[in-house]
Amino acid sequence: MLIDQARATDSGPPGTPTAERSAPPAGGQQLSWWARARRDKVLLLMAIPGLALMLAFHYLPLLGNLIAFQEYLPFVPFGRSAWVGLDNFSVIFNGDAEFLNALKNTLLITLVQVIFVFPAPIALALLLNSLLSERIKRVVQSVLYLPHFLSWVIVIAIFQQILGGSGLINNTLRARGIDTIDFLGNPDSFIALLTSQVIWKDSGWGTILFLAALTQIDQGLYEAARVDGASRLRQLWHITVPGIRGLIILLLILRLGDSLTVGFEQIILQQNLVGRPASEVLDTYVYNNGVLAGQWGVSAAVGLVKGLFGVALVIGANKVAHIFGEAGVYQKA
Amino acid sequence: MSTQTNLLATTRRSSTIDDVPTIPTRVLKGIILLLCCTVVIVPFIGVISTSIASQAHVTESGGFVLWPDSLNWASYRAIFNGGVVQRALLVSFVITLGGTLVSLAGSTMLAYALSRPGSFGQRPILMIVLFSILFSPGLIPNYLVVKEFGLLDSLLALVLPTAINGFNVIVLRSFFMSIPASVIDSARVDGAGDFRIFWSIVLPLSRAVLAVIGLFYAVGYWNAFFNAMLYISDTAKWPLQLVLRTYVINNTELSSGDLGGASADQLPPQESIQMAILVISLVPILIVYPFLQRHFTKGMLTGAVKG
Repeated sequence: MLIDQARATDSGPPGTPTAERSAPPAGGQQLSWWARARRDKVLLLMAIPGLALMLAFHYLPLLGNLIAFQEYLPFVPFGRSAWVGLDNFSVIFNGDAEFLNALKNTLLITLVQVIFVFPAPIALALLLNSLLSERIKRVVQSVLYLPHFLSWVIVIAIFQQILGGSGLINNTLRARGIDTIDFLGNPDSFIALLTSQVIWKDSGWGTILFLAALTQIDQGLYEAARVDGASRLRQLWHITVPGIRGLIILLLILRLGDSLTVGFEQIILQQNLVGRPASEVLDTYVYNNGVLAGQWGVSAAVGLVKGLFGVALVIGANKVAHIFGEAGVYQKA
Repeated sequence: MSTQTNLLATTRRSSTIDDVPTIPTRVLKGIILLLCCTVVIVPFIGVISTSIASQAHVTESGGFVLWPDSLNWASYRAIFNGGVVQRALLVSFVITLGGTLVSLAGSTMLAYALSRPGSFGQRPILMIVLFSILFSPGLIPNYLVVKEFGLLDSLLALVLPTAINGFNVIVLRSFFMSIPASVIDSARVDGAGDFRIFWSIVLPLSRAVLAVIGLFYAVGYWNAFFNAMLYISDTAKWPLQLVLRTYVINNTELSSGDLGGASADQLPPQESIQMAILVISLVPILIVYPFLQRHFTKGMLTGAVKG
């Protein structure tokens, strides 16, 4: 979205936006590139610090992917490691059990979260939108947006206080003589735990875009429906839902574009409680096998393949979203 | 026949409903929202309560107090007696303030250079910024670069890699581009150079968006945890989030040495100290939250609308 927009503002009608800077001098001749560089040298100097940081820490690391093709050892200088071709990729091609498990968990978590996390802000937004009192709405929003700004460390620490062995719920159970429940260390319910944390943290914040889309719906439609005797439920179904359908589809596609990335920090913080088999995802696989276990080459290979698929998915999602996007809130605004 | 009854039923229902929701629906909505808010608020109250509850009360209620019977600041005194947490707090403040400055300086200047129509090199630089939004280089390559730059165990490793966010640069750029050209032209006629225009005209006009982006960066630095875990092995340079993870999530016991040498039998209960650490890491966010909420909502919508 953003990218298309930025491009659009640039390539707008030729001549208009660029008129100020590159207006041809009296002779009708374009300035030479050297003259333009000299004219804009202050601007270029201003761009350098930010650009350098971006190149150094966002683009230079791409070169680091070369160790995916090496037998890399941390104490051997970067250039001297032995080249091993595609050996490191064999975990992917030959379907190494640990790798497949990480892939399976990643996709499973994405699936569960699309089903349970994605609709939560929509439902919440519809609920908030149907409130008659603006004041109550604002108070509720202030409360529900807050968790979004907390770090995962804080969120998980808070969850431990509520669900942990000596947390609020288990203390209450114990006081009543009921068996306690192991919420945090049970591999079978780990995905449910992750999902509830994401819902707690971000579904309030997620309502913002939907609430904005809801205000864009023509109020006249509701009036007309009321005159026709449509119940509020029918108004919801025939006016409200179609009004935000574009945005829903758009965000869903973008979410699917991120399929391979699931809450890395969130998982790494809780992994030692549930164990790796239940909680390993692609990103934690790369960290655990590479940085911790020293299999740098293999991890880099998995990271590289994941990254390539990720970019392809995001670009693909953007393209698809663009097709559907015509009906969304983006175009109306 | 059946359609007719159906139709009848519909008309009757809608006539009773009118456009004000019925009492039961309103009550139901109220209950759901109240429940949502409770689920968010109660943990915070519990965390704060446990941090200030008396030792007896904490033990008696199994480690988590919902409402304190008394005010007891011992755990905060223990923390601010010098020691691990106090040092980590300082590190976090330094990173957040320094990092936000670096980020804002780099991002605004880059965004401004990209906002002047037809300036030299704008197109390739813009492509570099835009494309950076689409991918992240990956953990291992990032680590290698930080290592090759010799930044392991340096606080710079917590700032420089995340200093420039492409998305923020684009948001700043679109704001700068919305400043009327006439304002900038008149300054140029008065003989102001590009930097002068940026510093004394563009930045003052952009205070609101600078606040938004600055807060974006600041919250990011304050909350960052994984980079510190990856790059910083010297515990003296740990930021607060990492201390929080070690002593609260992983439940490592805080010895009296970790707390600036208070004698062990005077220490408040671990649970209270843990919750006090949690509160301390929450407070800065809670302080800026009113601004965050107002501006982020606006900022996120402009981002969405513009983008």
